[in-house]
Amino acid sequence: MCTYQTITLTVQGSGKGPRGWFPVTDATVYFDHPAHAQAEHTLNVDLLNPALGAGARVAVELDPVSARTLAEAILHTLEIVPGGLEGVATPQR
Amino acid sequence: MRAQTVQIRGHGDDPIESYLAQPLDGVPTGGVVVIHHMPGYDEATKEITRRFAAHGYLAVCPNLYSREAPGASPDDAAAAARAQGGVPDERLVGDVAGAAAHLRSLGSSNGRIASIGYCSGGRQSFLAACSLELDAAVDCYGAFIVARPPEGMPFRVGPIVDLAPNLSCPLLGLFGAEDQHPAPAEVEELERALTTAGKEFEFHTFDGAGHAFFAPDRPSYRPDAATEGWQRIWAFFGRHLTTH
Repeated sequence: MCTYQTITLTVQGSGKGPRGWFPVTDATVYFDHPAHAQAEHTLNVDLLNPALGAGARVAVELDPVSARTLAEAILHTLEIVPGGLEGVATPQR
Repeated sequence: MRAQTVQIRGHGDDPIESYLAQPLDGVPTGGVVVIHHMPGYDEATKEITRRFAAHGYLAVCPNLYSREAPGASPDDAAAAARAQGGVPDERLVGDVAGAAAHLRSLGSSNGRIASIGYCSGGRQSFLAACSLELDAAVDCYGAFIVARPPEGMPFRVGPIVDLAPNLSCPLLGLFGAEDQHPAPAEVEELERALTTAGKEFEFHTFDGAGHAFFAPDRPSYRPDAATEGWQRIWAFFGRHLTTH
């Protein structure tokens, strides 16, 4: 099925796309049909900069286990950031 | 056959990039509007469009994401459209109307038009057939005709089974028995709505097949169901798109 499921968020950083590095401003996370992965559905993440056009995109399509493993690794990495850098790693509120 | 990229006029008279395939024998024939799936105006959908021309029909596939991402690769365009909330139903109907008008304007058109769509396009094919005067419509495993998508999502998509009384033409539905969306119970509910409305329809649900069984480039491909499904389509269009 096309799940239509989509979470959108704003982000700050850089990504490397087909034309090199660019600032990323937006992201979408969704579980739906992949464009390339050989699975009926995958966990997909797009890092985007709409102001630069639809091609300013870094995309991944991961099977659910890989996606969870990656998400846990990201969170764990942020949790063990050495002292003094927490301000960088802690979400700004 | 000739296959080419053309520009048509869609909803709001917007220019819409489209993929047109047509037989070259000039024999008057029916036209098919191919509605692509959510992954976009991709190679697989263009191949489907050519397939209709190879079987003697005029066929056009409008790029439903033309506005969000003109000229972008299909996957980038699909991502951009998703990030912006997808295709509104009203706009879809306008784009299909424009595609149908383009087909009717071709010299070898016999004036008869069908829509066909896969996955999200299956729902949109039903929507178009309930909103426009068409001669036939095919819904290939379209979800959310009956059921409601998850709450809290940005997509402007809701159930449209209530439109069944407005269906303007015979409907062919092709579904997988193992599909969860639409599940067989949803297909049965749609059948009941069409029966109550007194509409002509023909549904087939294939055992051993789930969602997207027509897609040869995906692991969901089921050759037996796809082969029989195509035969159903050719028979259906043979009855409803010819004038003799």
